[in-house]
Amino acid sequence: MGGRSRRQRRARGTASVAEALLWLGPALVLIVGIVLYPAITLVATSFGTYSITGLRKGDAGTSNYTNFLTSPDLPRVIGNTGIWVGAVVVLTVLIGLALAQFLSKEFVGRRFVRWAVIVPWASALVISSQLFKLIYDYYHGVLNQLLLSLHIIQKPIDWLGDNHFTMASMVAVGVFVSVPFTAYLLVAGLNAIPADVYEAARIDGGSPWQIYRRITLPLLRPAILIGVVLNLIYVFNSFPVIWILNGSNPGFGNDTLITYMYKLAFRSAQHDVGLSAAAGVFNVLIILIAVGVYLRLVNWREGKEA
Amino acid sequence: MSSSAVMRTVPRSRGRGWKNARKWVLPIGGIAVMVVFLAPYVVMLLDALRPSGEVLATPPAFLPKTWTVSAFVEVVSDPAFQNWLRTSLIVAVSATIIVILVAIPAAYFTARFSFRGRILFLGLVVVTQMFAPTSLVVGIYREFYDLGLINTYTALILTDAAFNIAFALWILQGFFSAIPKDIEEAAALDGCGRFGTMVRIMLPLTLPGIVTAVTFTFIAAWNEYVVALTLMQDDALKPLTVGISSYVTAYQQNWSQLFAASLIAIVPVVILFALIEKHLVGGMTAGAVK
Repeated sequence: MGGRSRRQRRARGTASVAEALLWLGPALVLIVGIVLYPAITLVATSFGTYSITGLRKGDAGTSNYTNFLTSPDLPRVIGNTGIWVGAVVVLTVLIGLALAQFLSKEFVGRRFVRWAVIVPWASALVISSQLFKLIYDYYHGVLNQLLLSLHIIQKPIDWLGDNHFTMASMVAVGVFVSVPFTAYLLVAGLNAIPADVYEAARIDGGSPWQIYRRITLPLLRPAILIGVVLNLIYVFNSFPVIWILNGSNPGFGNDTLITYMYKLAFRSAQHDVGLSAAAGVFNVLIILIAVGVYLRLVNWREGKEA
Repeated sequence: MSSSAVMRTVPRSRGRGWKNARKWVLPIGGIAVMVVFLAPYVVMLLDALRPSGEVLATPPAFLPKTWTVSAFVEVVSDPAFQNWLRTSLIVAVSATIIVILVAIPAAYFTARFSFRGRILFLGLVVVTQMFAPTSLVVGIYREFYDLGLINTYTALILTDAAFNIAFALWILQGFFSAIPKDIEEAAALDGCGRFGTMVRIMLPLTLPGIVTAVTFTFIAAWNEYVVALTLMQDDALKPLTVGISSYVTAYQQNWSQLFAASLIAIVPVVILFALIEKHLVGGMTAGAVK
């Protein structure tokens, strides 16, 4: 694999910058205009003061940042974000690995199982979140009803209103909607492993667990890596699940950095544009650092060369 | 054939018993997996098929006491719903067309040619993927506010397109680089220009990649929420994802309508995904896992 792609890389033709601009121009314009420009606007906004209607009133210096970083809600919100991202990503990748292994086996009706797994992935997050809001409902939800009738719980639980359960309930939904994509990504990774590698291992008398640990996992490494990175980004930026499920709780007790920023910008009494922009810059930096640290930890370069 | 003959002579670590059991265990496991992933949506369907008052019964009943499709009828004939559906269709289709038109030449060119700034461009694409619209939403709002484009399809279409170029580009680039160079060289000898080669030779060969990229982009745009929630404040211009939540508010609780509308939003997308399920795996291998 590596040899082939290296040969192809060398075989790539050369072209002038002018010609490149012709082919890449439209993509560049969109990326620069709609992704980079808002990023720059965000930074610029974070150094200004704004009226409630959004008009710039003047320079704020770094006061938006000091206000954001010293806000009493921030430690709680950062803690929530850590739990949310950590729990959802770890559980998603572990369950995704198991599910991918299962989905890559041949069996009768596998097609239907794969289709079923697609459903939470294809559904809009906001729709699934609204659905779970009703399923979790204290009075009308089927979850309490199911657990009561199975005698797993003695009295109904306020899944979304009781602070002991809110985050765990949201994490469950986060995992539920993230597993399908991750499993499919890992199935793709599993399919890329040549069958003769397994055959050789089996002939050498390896047990299934040994084969999985010594052969499957190392060869699946690139796919797992991408799964973790993409999930880190998606889950950190995930808005609808928390926005909807935590929607009726007052304050910032269960907010993550993303929903906290959104409330500062568009839902709080002050409509503080400058402050929320500072929060936005903070969020972008956090995710860049998190992905960077993760890639450093797993020695991304080394893995790619091997 | 020969390899399976070899395998039969080799003692297997798991015996004949497992092989027989496997026939039953795997499909039963499959049913369990289906139940887990479908159960919430079955609840949704059953709630859409009963009157809203019954959805809010305490304790809730699993099956409807009164079966009715009136929620679906009401939703489909609701002018507000028709507006949201129109927005979703216009925005998702336009964004998908833009992404494909823009990503194909870029993917082809970066897969086939080296030029100054290539690494810079690819780096820019990777960074785009890390900048989700969610974290930039304040900046996006400011930009379109300054341009006077709040409450326009244009703003939503451009945002959905720009943020989905990265993924489409990765998928397509994987497919383009997998095509042997000789095919292209033959086309060039036959007198095809670079553009002609791309359109006539490369595009048909990368069709699975294009289908995958189209589907991913369409679904991402169809399901987008946070940018639409922020930019589209005029009720008539909201897409489905934002609009349908007005069926359940503090003042009215039309859960059956909400779920009927949700199912209308979900079903086409699930079918689309299911249709390309085979390409889904192949497309992601070429694009992402490489």
